[in-house]
Amino acid sequence: MNNDNKTKEKEIKATINACKLCSPLGASIVFRGIKNAMPLIHGGQGCSTYIRRYIISHFKEPMDIASSSFTEEATVFGGESNLITGIENVIKQYNPELIGIATSCLSETIGEDISLYVNKYLRNNIGKDNPKIVHVATPSYSGTHIDGFHKSVKAIIETLVKEKINTKSKKINILPGFLSPADLRYIKEVLEDFDLSFTMLPDYSETLDAPIWDEYKKIPEGGTSIDQIETMNNSVATIEFGKTISNEFSGAFFLEEKFGIKRFNLGFPIGIKETDQFFNILEKLSGLSTPNKHKLVRGRLIDSYVDGHKYLFGKKAVVYGEEDLVIGITNFLFEIGIIPIIVASGGNSGKLKDFIQNNGAYISNNEINILNGVDFSEIEEIAFNLKPDLIIGNSKGYKIARKLNIPHIRVGFPIHDRIGGQRILHVGYNGTQNLFDSITNALIEYKQENSPVGYSYI
Amino acid sequence: MIKILEERKEQVFNKGKDSFEISCDKKSASGSVSQRACVFCGSRVVLYPIADALHIVHGPVGCAVYTWDIRGALSSGPELHRLSFSTDLTEIDIIHGAEKKLYESLIGLIDYYKPNACFVYSTCIIGVIGDDVEAVCKKVSNEKFIPVIPVHSEGFKGTKKDGYKAACEALFKLIGTGSANDVGKFSINILGDFNIAGEIWVIKEYYKRMGIEVVSAMTGDGRVNEIKKAHGAKLNVVQCSGSMTTLAKMMKEKYGIPFIRVSYFGIDDMANALYDVAKFFGDANILENTKKLVKEEILKIMPEINFYKEKLQGKKAAIYVGGAFKAISLIKALRLLGMETVVVGTQTGNKDDYNDIKDIALEGTIIVDDTNPLELSKFIKEKDVSLLIGGVKERPIAYKLGIGFCDHNHERKEALAGFIGMLNFAKEVYGTVLSPVWEFIPRK
Repeated sequence: MNNDNKTKEKEIKATINACKLCSPLGASIVFRGIKNAMPLIHGGQGCSTYIRRYIISHFKEPMDIASSSFTEEATVFGGESNLITGIENVIKQYNPELIGIATSCLSETIGEDISLYVNKYLRNNIGKDNPKIVHVATPSYSGTHIDGFHKSVKAIIETLVKEKINTKSKKINILPGFLSPADLRYIKEVLEDFDLSFTMLPDYSETLDAPIWDEYKKIPEGGTSIDQIETMNNSVATIEFGKTISNEFSGAFFLEEKFGIKRFNLGFPIGIKETDQFFNILEKLSGLSTPNKHKLVRGRLIDSYVDGHKYLFGKKAVVYGEEDLVIGITNFLFEIGIIPIIVASGGNSGKLKDFIQNNGAYISNNEINILNGVDFSEIEEIAFNLKPDLIIGNSKGYKIARKLNIPHIRVGFPIHDRIGGQRILHVGYNGTQNLFDSITNALIEYKQENSPVGYSYI
Repeated sequence: MIKILEERKEQVFNKGKDSFEISCDKKSASGSVSQRACVFCGSRVVLYPIADALHIVHGPVGCAVYTWDIRGALSSGPELHRLSFSTDLTEIDIIHGAEKKLYESLIGLIDYYKPNACFVYSTCIIGVIGDDVEAVCKKVSNEKFIPVIPVHSEGFKGTKKDGYKAACEALFKLIGTGSANDVGKFSINILGDFNIAGEIWVIKEYYKRMGIEVVSAMTGDGRVNEIKKAHGAKLNVVQCSGSMTTLAKMMKEKYGIPFIRVSYFGIDDMANALYDVAKFFGDANILENTKKLVKEEILKIMPEINFYKEKLQGKKAAIYVGGAFKAISLIKALRLLGMETVVVGTQTGNKDDYNDIKDIALEGTIIVDDTNPLELSKFIKEKDVSLLIGGVKERPIAYKLGIGFCDHNHERKEALAGFIGMLNFAKEVYGTVLSPVWEFIPRK
């Protein structure tokens, strides 16, 4: 494996076409997954507007994020009054049960003490029906949107989970990470099929993929309720998806350390092996064997692996995006005989290579380039030399696919050039089936389109 | 019940009912979920379409990545503007300062991409950590022999309008640095068209047919060398007046170039934009060409426009856009389609703009400055509109309530300027207002 690619362009200090987003975006998505909650970014007006636009373009849903609207004065003298006015106005307009405050690079750099401001605000408003207030440090200069995502999950748990009450339930916690609303709905269905009661944090499966409305909703319906979060320390275990999450940012680690709740840290359940691991744990936790419904899906999935394997064997893929999604997809590609020649992320945990099971060596002796902390210009440059057959990732890799004239299978976030990004199912046996069919059909279509014969029977 | 925030009450006006002056030009209320962005956004949208310049965002990655290739601003040649360059600052840079990183980034990028100029956008944090961006730009410019222009676009230093101003100041530094010897007497600059979906090519072709030379376009399909000689033009024709009037005024003062305000949206305004230029030059030939052109173009589209008008007659619309001049054009364009505007608002209108809107609006129209999603949803529902015109952030508000939508912002991929643009606009409005999908909307 090669983990030290220095490309010509990287001698340029600048980042060119970043393959990552900034931290408050992840926080905003998490807060949108809490029932009746409003995100508020403590910074300039642009942060919340840009992030809103970016999220709206993917989910095609309203996404209100308040801003404390920093001014020059606030930057010099501190943003306390902006934040307090912001909180008050959010309460007046939205009447939320929870306000999630994410900081920006500006407010972090000038050293805003959000705890102090919030405590003061709560002290001055004793007796009122105040919303819960959670805050998280998400400066854009530190980590990516995924760090913002995990840090926010942890901050919510840290703030809301109360002292342990010793009523052992069979409830479990699930921290799914940054998945699609379709993925979240699938996971909930699986847990229900195992007869498990659970708290999923966050749950934006409805808030960011809502049905049509008859009345405008100030805050979309759905999301994890505060009651559920407050009792997460009564669960028997926490399942957390995402191998690259550091203990420092992990809500599951926190629950284990503080309340002794067993933490199961799994990779994104993509592909048969990873999904099996998830189901094995569910069997253990529920005491039930996998329901027949899911066994059938698994069986059909393997059947399709067999049906499609010849179209796939030895094909070379570029995979990019968030680290844990990339790990999941890459290990799935190994299962089906595709060689992930480039595995890339703008994230920089340094752990990407630790979780890529390089069991594809028998397919060919192609080198697998595992690239942490890269941008799209670097991915493009390496891809050009390696002549991949397909590229798998979010919309922002489209230009590479177009230049190379190869199929682009869209997964993850953002999907800005197709409809239905929120409905892409990536996880579980069902999600793997979806990815498998998409990938295989894209390759068949490519072959068909580029054949002079024009077969209609392949 | 959706309530209007106390501090915003003077920014919402009901024509025929209220008598106060609309309050505007204010910072957005904290916590109100303004649809506006920031100073950086204002600068970025104005300068972005200059396609042979390198645009580097100095700051952490967010501001650069959210503005990467999101606009429909096309180029007929180089496409440097479609790449996203960022100094991608991390903690270390924040602590120790990032002048060196900026310098090295610029040198590397200039060597690799060979741009004709660089624009260096300062983000919020640069205003705090105190990098001397000006000095770095000067140094790089001296070493690489191209203009390297700092754009003072720290997000918190005002509103989007201040960003426009910072962009105008950056452009002003380029203007006058090239030779304008070859510029003829019937020559103009186009200010404030950004070549969304190729619109400036349509407009330039009109002016060409009239016998007018376009010296530079700022900034649609823009080129550094054209902007450098913009001082040679005899007239500045300003669209999107909110963003570019500052520059027109600066050029008037320094170079004595007069300016006129125009709009290329809708038949009347488009025709006036051409006639006003023709009248300015007072040349009989040009005037004759203009009359001929306008007549031809209108004849070409009217039969189809009339078809749409018949179908759309009596439908109601809401408009929420960035600038007021566009809002007024849209009110007129919708009237041409038989539609009435009952809600109209802008992000950046000033007092004069709102008075103009008040004059043209029907009784009972809600006029609103710097609105937010909750207010907008309330107005469009109360007024029972069939169409909302806005940008990406407004779209889900309309769609979630089952209301038609037309994107009139910089991200759109449809040309809506010019006579042909009016036809595209009519088609788009027709296609959304009369779609069969509304049959299933629970609200109805």
